Amino acid sequence: MMNYFPDEVLEHVFDFITCHKDRNSVSLVCKSWHRIERYSRRRVFIGNCYSISPERLIARFPGVKSLTLKGKPHFADFNLVPYDWGGFVYPWIKVLAETGIGLEELRLKRMVVSDESLELISKTFVNFQSLVLVSCDGFSADGLAAIAANCRFLRELDLQENEVDDHRGHWLSCFPESCTSLVSLNFACLKGEVNLGALERLVSRSPNLKSLRLNRSVPLDTLQKLLMRAPQLVDLGIGSYVHDPSSEASNKLKHAIQRCKSIMSLSGFLEVAPRCMSAIYPICGNLTTLNLSYAPGIHGNKLTKLIQHCRKLQRLWILDCIGDKGLGVVASTCKELQELRVFPSDPFGAGNDAVTEEGLVLVSAGCPKLNSLLYFCQQMTNAALITVAKNCPNFIRFRLCILDPVRPDPVTNQPLDEGFGAIVQSCKRLKRLSLSGLLTDQVFLYIGMYAEQLEMLSIAFAADSDKGMLYVLNGCKKLRKLEIRDCPFGNAALLEDVGKYETMRSLWMSSCEVTLGGCKTVAEMMPSLNVEIINESDQTEFNLDDGQKVDKMYLYRTLVGHRKDAPESVWILGDLTRSEHHEPSLNDMIQDMKLKNVSGDDDFIIWESNNFKLQGNFSVYGYNPFIFFFHPVVGLGVVASSCKELQELRVFPSAVFGAGNDVVTEEGLIRR
Amino acid sequence: MSPPLLGVEEEVQSNVSSPSVDCGLGLKERNYLGLSDCSSVDSSAVSSSPDNNKNNLNLKATELRLGLPGSQSPERETELCLLNSGKLDEKPLFPLLPSKDGICPSSQKNVVAGNKRGFSDTMDGFSEVKGYAYAEKSWMFHDAGSDSESPQTVGHGKYPGNSGANVILSARSPGAQASVKKDEPANVLQKQPHATNGINLKQTDISNNKSSAPAAKAQVVGWPPVRSFRTKTLATSSKNNDEVDGKPGPAALFVKVSMDGAPYLRKVDLTTYSTYGELSSALEKMFSCFTLGQCGSHGAAGKEILSQSKLKDLLHGSEYVLTYKDKDGDWMLVGDVPWEMFVGTCKRLKIMKGSDAIGLAPRAMEKSRVTN
Repeated sequence: MMNYFPDEVLEHVFDFITCHKDRNSVSLVCKSWHRIERYSRRRVFIGNCYSISPERLIARFPGVKSLTLKGKPHFADFNLVPYDWGGFVYPWIKVLAETGIGLEELRLKRMVVSDESLELISKTFVNFQSLVLVSCDGFSADGLAAIAANCRFLRELDLQENEVDDHRGHWLSCFPESCTSLVSLNFACLKGEVNLGALERLVSRSPNLKSLRLNRSVPLDTLQKLLMRAPQLVDLGIGSYVHDPSSEASNKLKHAIQRCKSIMSLSGFLEVAPRCMSAIYPICGNLTTLNLSYAPGIHGNKLTKLIQHCRKLQRLWILDCIGDKGLGVVASTCKELQELRVFPSDPFGAGNDAVTEEGLVLVSAGCPKLNSLLYFCQQMTNAALITVAKNCPNFIRFRLCILDPVRPDPVTNQPLDEGFGAIVQSCKRLKRLSLSGLLTDQVFLYIGMYAEQLEMLSIAFAADSDKGMLYVLNGCKKLRKLEIRDCPFGNAALLEDVGKYETMRSLWMSSCEVTLGGCKTVAEMMPSLNVEIINESDQTEFNLDDGQKVDKMYLYRTLVGHRKDAPESVWILGDLTRSEHHEPSLNDMIQDMKLKNVSGDDDFIIWESNNFKLQGNFSVYGYNPFIFFFHPVVGLGVVASSCKELQELRVFPSAVFGAGNDVVTEEGLIRR
Repeated sequence: MSPPLLGVEEEVQSNVSSPSVDCGLGLKERNYLGLSDCSSVDSSAVSSSPDNNKNNLNLKATELRLGLPGSQSPERETELCLLNSGKLDEKPLFPLLPSKDGICPSSQKNVVAGNKRGFSDTMDGFSEVKGYAYAEKSWMFHDAGSDSESPQTVGHGKYPGNSGANVILSARSPGAQASVKKDEPANVLQKQPHATNGINLKQTDISNNKSSAPAAKAQVVGWPPVRSFRTKTLATSSKNNDEVDGKPGPAALFVKVSMDGAPYLRKVDLTTYSTYGELSSALEKMFSCFTLGQCGSHGAAGKEILSQSKLKDLLHGSEYVLTYKDKDGDWMLVGDVPWEMFVGTCKRLKIMKGSDAIGLAPRAMEKSRVTN
């Protein structure tokens, strides 16, 4: 009888818990908490749109207002997934619309977004406020026009790196004159012309606009006018920064920029005549974020000079034309730097001025707060990696890409095992790691041994045998996403511990040694997984020989069985007659829980940040003595770790569970 | 080290066998497929120096397609010969050059015989052109290939074994060819007896495969792992620069600058300036110790705009004037044509005594009328 606390009180308390993981944990404490959490959850994250159905989302969280959905596998970014693979958002929108959910925010990544979906959104959800599309495709300016025209309370329209079919700029003029609520507008990825007059009017009637990122077609003089109207901007993405021959314009711009004292984030510069960079020097001192990764026009002295003005930078995205010397300037200037991404300016070339290990060592020595790195470079040495590991033990994300994928240490000609080993050994908090360069099984031994917090690992052109993958699967208990390409991992590695895949969001293997038979075995053993084979060859008939190597395999856990929208090139293995709403039996689940519990309660509870794995079966647990027997123990542990502000805790015996059951033990109290 | 090699072969095959990649991608990737389809050692040699400036090259190649397919190769070849023997200041006129710049250091690192630089450059440069010229349709390869073999042999008569090796190798399987690459020039030269023997080449290569295998992978779809959106966007932006400036975006365009009375020459990269004014003030700084009086002050005053009329004023009023040698070898007054045209035609710069340059002005005006 938990009703000593009125639901409203608990709900109010829960409102302070914003982190998804914590919410998930809270929902596991007891049945009543679960119920309250369920009805009060507003934000839901779904890491794979095929892992759950929209119907079940709504059944579990009828009050959802903000939904984040991800579609295609990560490797789709690099053209490894057929363009028609799937990841359609329309079915989701349709169901959400039909059930009358009051959706206000939708964030999509790597999904196919049709104009139809956008129109449906704009017409159905009257309070719709925020649309964020990242790496999506399938829509055009018409869909955007619908959003602009119909979403009266739109606050955020953020289009990041989408492939948009139609580039006509009329959509900007579709914002009604009454639309004054915009806070964030980003259309940097659109290629076509925009209606500059409409843009100016829109900006001038949006007093709350904080973030504005323009595309290539917005010229400098328009930028100047926009800045005059929106000096309150915090985040600015400059489109074209081409020098106007008349000095009047650049003087005006200088003046306009000087007024924008609140700008902290600067990006863009898609077209640049680097001459007038000095106009932005006045705001550089405040910048915490600078993204010049789409600005090949800024290089050499202009680039280093610019960076010398940015002393407060925390996040810097840049092209490798900065060179090692330029990184030296970063190291001596940006003492607050936490995140650095260095992209290749010419990914397929040798790159005269690409960066090397030297630049990375300089940055690691100069920027002690660095914790996130993406670094495309020409070469890397073990010595450099060991130094970096010593200098910056705080890495959470460490992604190193040597353009030449199996290049050894150029000094010793050795594999880079020791270098990456040093990284995983000293960076205890490492969550994401991408490897490249010549690597043997040894590096995976290190990863399995030391990378305890690792959640996502990308491997390419590495290892000698199945052992490599086994080290990782056995070692990294928190691994959620594993993506592998061109590695000699075969069935032995794949089949060693198929149960592991249920604890993970997904596994991608392409150009490995895995065979069709191996994949079938996984599918048969683990009905809760979808095992997809992507076969893009011309063969119209699928070769049913089990010994055949599969080109690409993508497997992920799901509660809804096979998807129905797969194209011909994608086969989903397993029993086709399996019910769509497959749910593991309670016994399976208990077994599963016990297994997961081995690695500590975090892992047990947080199978998945959005907790969908548990969702389908959740209602049963309260009635099963075995489960609740250990649940509350864990549950209180969760309370201890999640609710730091909690001042009073009362735990009551629950009549529902029966008086005799020892639902709370001393262990729970201690944790509290 | 057999696994990596295996990987190479596999990957090449899988590239060929993935048609959907073709639809999803831009020029570049299609080109990969084309290269693999060709199964030629030439195309794989491209990757020995991970295909720098693919985009530019490819575009150029496409433009040239306007003529008959076979006809362009010899023409290209002459350009290349020029390149190899050419002086530094001719470089920028050839769009291929930027990629050559990229190649030199990397291939040098891997080619053991350092003194063979000229040759390996030739190989790389040439085979790149060939690779691109023939990439589009595999049927063209044999035709056009045989066309171009002879000029190649003529062009590099010193290495007769080279073209032979190419021909022989081009018949071999993609995997084996992919692994030849980079080491090939060295092999050809150092191991003359084996030079035309494909098997031997391959064996040598296996021992070296650490340096050659990566090159093969540079062709692999999805590597390096850069978002395709980013690749496309950066490619468009460099293409746009091309269109705007009439030259490959990132390429440097160095010209020598001399000054009457100055004891040394300097070089400037014209691509770093966008107006006459910028160039003028940069030169002014460079030669400030030799500039006297008016030229300097004029330069400073005219920093913002240095128009044609101003230059004429300079001619009469100052002691020094800036002149340039155009591609016809004529000396002209700087400022007689629009900046973009100037960048395209300027081969050398000279800061002349005003009195010496007086005769240049009318000619320059004439010329500009003609060019317009």
